[in-house]
Formats: sequence, C-alpha cells, structure tokens
Amino acid sequence: MIDSTSLQRLQSVARPKTPSALSNALVFGWRAVLKFKHVPEQLFDLVMTPIMFTLLFTFVFGGALAGSPGEYLQFFLPGILVQTVVFNAVYSGMGLSTDLGKGLFDRFRSLPIWSLSPFAGLMVGDILRHLIAASIILTIGLILGYRPEAGILGVLAAFAMLIAIGFGMGWVFIVLGLLIRTPTTVMTLGFTFLFPLVFASNIMVDPGTMPDWLRAIVEVNPVSLMTTALRGLMAGGATLGQVVLALIAPVALTAILAPTTLWLYLRR
Amino acid sequence: MNDTSPMGVPSTGLAQSAISARGLVKTFGKLRAVDGIDLDVPRGMIFAILGPNGAGKTTLMRMLATLSRPDAGSATVMGHDLVQAPHAVRAAIAMTGQFASLDEDLTGRENLVLLARLWGFRGRAAKARSDDLLAAFGLSEAATKQVRDYSGGMRRRLDIAASLVITPGVLFLDEPTTGLDPNARKDVWGMIRGLAEAGVTILLTTQYLEEADQLAARIAVIDHGRKIAEGTSRELKAATGSGFLHVALADVARLDQAATILERRLEHPVQRSAEGAELSVLAGTAKAANEALAELVAAGIELSDFSMGQPSLEEVFFALTGQPGLGESRKGGDKP
Repeated sequence: MIDSTSLQRLQSVARPKTPSALSNALVFGWRAVLKFKHVPEQLFDLVMTPIMFTLLFTFVFGGALAGSPGEYLQFFLPGILVQTVVFNAVYSGMGLSTDLGKGLFDRFRSLPIWSLSPFAGLMVGDILRHLIAASIILTIGLILGYRPEAGILGVLAAFAMLIAIGFGMGWVFIVLGLLIRTPTTVMTLGFTFLFPLVFASNIMVDPGTMPDWLRAIVEVNPVSLMTTALRGLMAGGATLGQVVLALIAPVALTAILAPTTLWLYLRR
Repeated sequence: MNDTSPMGVPSTGLAQSAISARGLVKTFGKLRAVDGIDLDVPRGMIFAILGPNGAGKTTLMRMLATLSRPDAGSATVMGHDLVQAPHAVRAAIAMTGQFASLDEDLTGRENLVLLARLWGFRGRAAKARSDDLLAAFGLSEAATKQVRDYSGGMRRRLDIAASLVITPGVLFLDEPTTGLDPNARKDVWGMIRGLAEAGVTILLTTQYLEEADQLAARIAVIDHGRKIAEGTSRELKAATGSGFLHVALADVARLDQAATILERRLEHPVQRSAEGAELSVLAGTAKAANEALAELVAAGIELSDFSMGQPSLEEVFFALTGQPGLGESRKGGDKP
C-alpha cells in the first residue's frame, strides 16, 4: 500500500514537456487501436449486416433485378461499401455515449490537452473500422466474382472516398453521442434516420423504375451521389463532377458539426 | 503554463491559498445547485465538503476542476483564474470523479500509460511511470488485467493512481469511498493521508460524517447549494453546543413518547439513532437536561443509559440542517 517513500519516489519524477496537439490526438488513436485488441468482437457487429446484405441481394434479388446474380453484384458492391461505412458510424456514436456515461471524459476534460483530441482519436478508430470492414466486404465480393474494372488504383481511390464519407458521417453520430445519454437510443435514432437515406438511394436498384417524385429525391440524396462516385471510381469513368458532388455532404457535415462538437463538449 | 514548476505554481498570485472562491453560483434551469459559495483552502490541507445527496457538492467540485463553468462568482486554483485560465488550472490539478473515470476495456497499465502519454511522458518513460504508480498502489499483479475485471477497491485505487501521473497541486476527490467496503475504505483513507503528508492539497466531498471527521483539517458543511458552516471538526462541534443529551431507552416502544417529551421540554429537534432506542438532543444547560430526564422518569419511561457530552458530527449536521445524516454514515461508527 502507498507510503511516504513510494510517494516521494513518485513526486521526484520531473514533469515532462507539454505535448503537442498532434501528439495528444495520436495517443487517443492508440487507444482506439487497443480497443480492437481487447474487444475484437466489435468487428463482428460491423461486418455481419453488410455480409448478409451482399449475399441476400446478390443471390435472392440479383437475378430478378439485373438479369443474373453476377451482373447485379457488379452494380451492388460499391453501394454496399457506402452502406457499410454509413451504418458503421452509428457504432462510434454509441461508443461515445457509453464513454460519456462513465465519467471517462470528465478525466479527459480535466487534463491540459487539446480539447478536440479525444474526438480525433475516435475518428482514427472509425477510419480503421471502415477500412477493415470495407476490405472484408470487398474480399467477399471478389470471391463471389466482383471485378473492379478500374483496377487497384480505382479501389484505392474508392477507399479514400469511403474514408471521407465515414469521416463526415462520423460527426453526425459524435454529436448524437454527446447529446444522448443512452447508447441504445443513439442506435435507434441513428438507424431511423439512416434507413430511409440508404434505401431511398441508388445503392440497391437503378432509380429509373421509381415514381417521378421519389426519383427526384433519390437523385439528390447524398448517399446516391456517394454511390455513383464510388461506382465510377471502381469501374473506371468517374468524372470530377461526380466526385465533387459526393464530397459535398462529408465536407459540409465536417464544417458544421466539428465546431458543434467542440461547443457541446465544452458546454457540458 | 509553467512547465518548470512541478506543482503548477505560478510565480505571481496568491501565495498561500490552493483554492480561493468567491460567490460561486451554478444553476440548472430553476435549480440553484450552487448558490453563492465562498471557499478558502490553504495549501497542503485536506479539506472536506460535507453534505447530503443533492446539496451541490459535486457541482461545486466540477466547477473548481474546470468541468463546469460558473454562472456567477470567481475562483482561483493554485493562483490561476478558473474562467480566464482554465488550461493553467488543469495543469495544476487532478480529479477523481464519483464514477470510475477509467477505460474498462483497457488493462490497468494501459489506462495509466494513456494518461502518462497525454501528460507528455514518452515511450519507455510512460511505461516506467505507470509501473511505479501500479507498484505504489499495490496493483502490479493486476497490471495486465482489463479494468472490467477489477474489484471496486482496485478500481478506486487505480482511479486515484491515475490522478497522480503528474503530482497535482490540488487533488479533487468526489466521494472517494462511496460504495467501498470498510477495508477498502481504510486503504483509501491511508492513501489520502499519505498524499497530504507529501504536500498535496486535497479537496474531497463526502456524505460520510465519519470520513470528514477522520481525514479533514477543515470541513465546510453545505446544503441546498449554500455553505451553512465551516471550521475544524472541533469548532463545528463546539458551535453546536457542548450540552448534548444522549438517552437510551430500556423499552423501544416508548421511543415516540420519550421523543415528544424531550422535544417539548428542551425546545430542540430530537434525533433518533438508526438502531433505535437512542435519542440525542441539544440540551443547552445541564439543569435543563436534568429536568428533562426527571420528566421522562416521571412519565414512567425507563432509561438504560444517559450521558451529556460533545455532539458527534452527525448531530452537528442535524442541528445545522434539520435533517438526519445519511444512513450509511451511522453504520460508519459515529459515536452515539
């Protein structure tokens, strides 16, 4: 047990130099990596739904929707990657809500560190999750016969785009995580908001057969814009315009919600 | 921030006060959780904030630890202004909140390494610092266990260790022993005394009167967001009056009747012990106490014991707030 000798030893260590904001952020990133080591089952949650969607849509609906499962997979796979990343953002909001409930962030807030660094760490964890989940889905797609016609560079560009999408969506759920105390409410609210966004998009089907009013919505749905760009990047032939349109939502979300996050966090 | 000073002490500013607060106010909607509190805590002292649940203890502490912004009033912590220089305050303090502020998924060592790195220890130095802390708090063997597998006492120890990654000028402890068994509680008390001997100023909140009595050099009693008394344990007891009458009844069934008689006779509220059959009341003078006892006997109420003496802190609290102290504090071994 603690005694004056061990205390004096503890006190004799000089205070280190104040670390940089970047160093703070990297430490929180390291925390996110440790979470993968200690809670590997979180990946199971992340990839099971998209794997089931891929198999279900390809083999059950694929033939009816696109003539053959193989042709449908070629259309569907980039979309399911977008869906995976968008849904995954919900889990980081739940994680944040859990952390806040436990008083862990009170300790972080009482430290002389860059205020946003814990969130930078969350983002590092998110991006790792997105990359791991997207790689698993892509691998399954490749096994089932999906072929990215734009080759490895196209896939790399698509993954970069996925990270941008995940980064933008991440802020939505960080804000929800800050506002809502119960993690399950964050999840319910998140999926209530995301389901129409994902299904009323061009991820699963070409909107050509939809009624005019719905097609009008689907065509401006940011998820559709992201999916169109991702298809273009992976199949080749993406235009600069498509990429810019896809990035509008992530950039706007970051610009609005990063300051909101800081404000909410400091106000608590 | 002043990196050269281990305690975060600025070269100017109030030399003697660790904490100096004037008129602190925090409101939540209509509730004035903290309603104009002044506080002066000298350096190196253990200072206790005593009060029931909802008195505003935690809110006050969160303001002083920069976690919550005061709506009015001002304060300095280790000479730094709370509102103007929160970053400098943070560099000089550490806080162990009421709920374990640890990452349950990580191991004990990883939790400490995380904080050591945030304070600026690098690589091997961060690990060495963590291992020293684990050793000092008797947690070396649990270093590689996930915190979720720790007992309540181990969590508390790790949580306090996490506040000592840098030796703080002021250590805030929000209800440090709530929910601990008696042994773990004694351990934590030992740690707190050790830290104070090493020169750390400690501000702790507690609802246990015994804890404040045992540990603190000074005690502020707060209720409904206001400070209703402050002093040493002895001063608080003296201010309440030394003429406290304690009676124990042979027959518990007569308790209500006896309480009514004492209250009417001595014109002070009567406090009952948790175990029952014992009553305490401020008597003022020995003569008044004598007369009250005579009336009890005249009413045919048999006493198994009675005494006059110093009030316990619990009785002080009762006299100040008109509320009994909390149930657990009675079990904590307060003298009746």
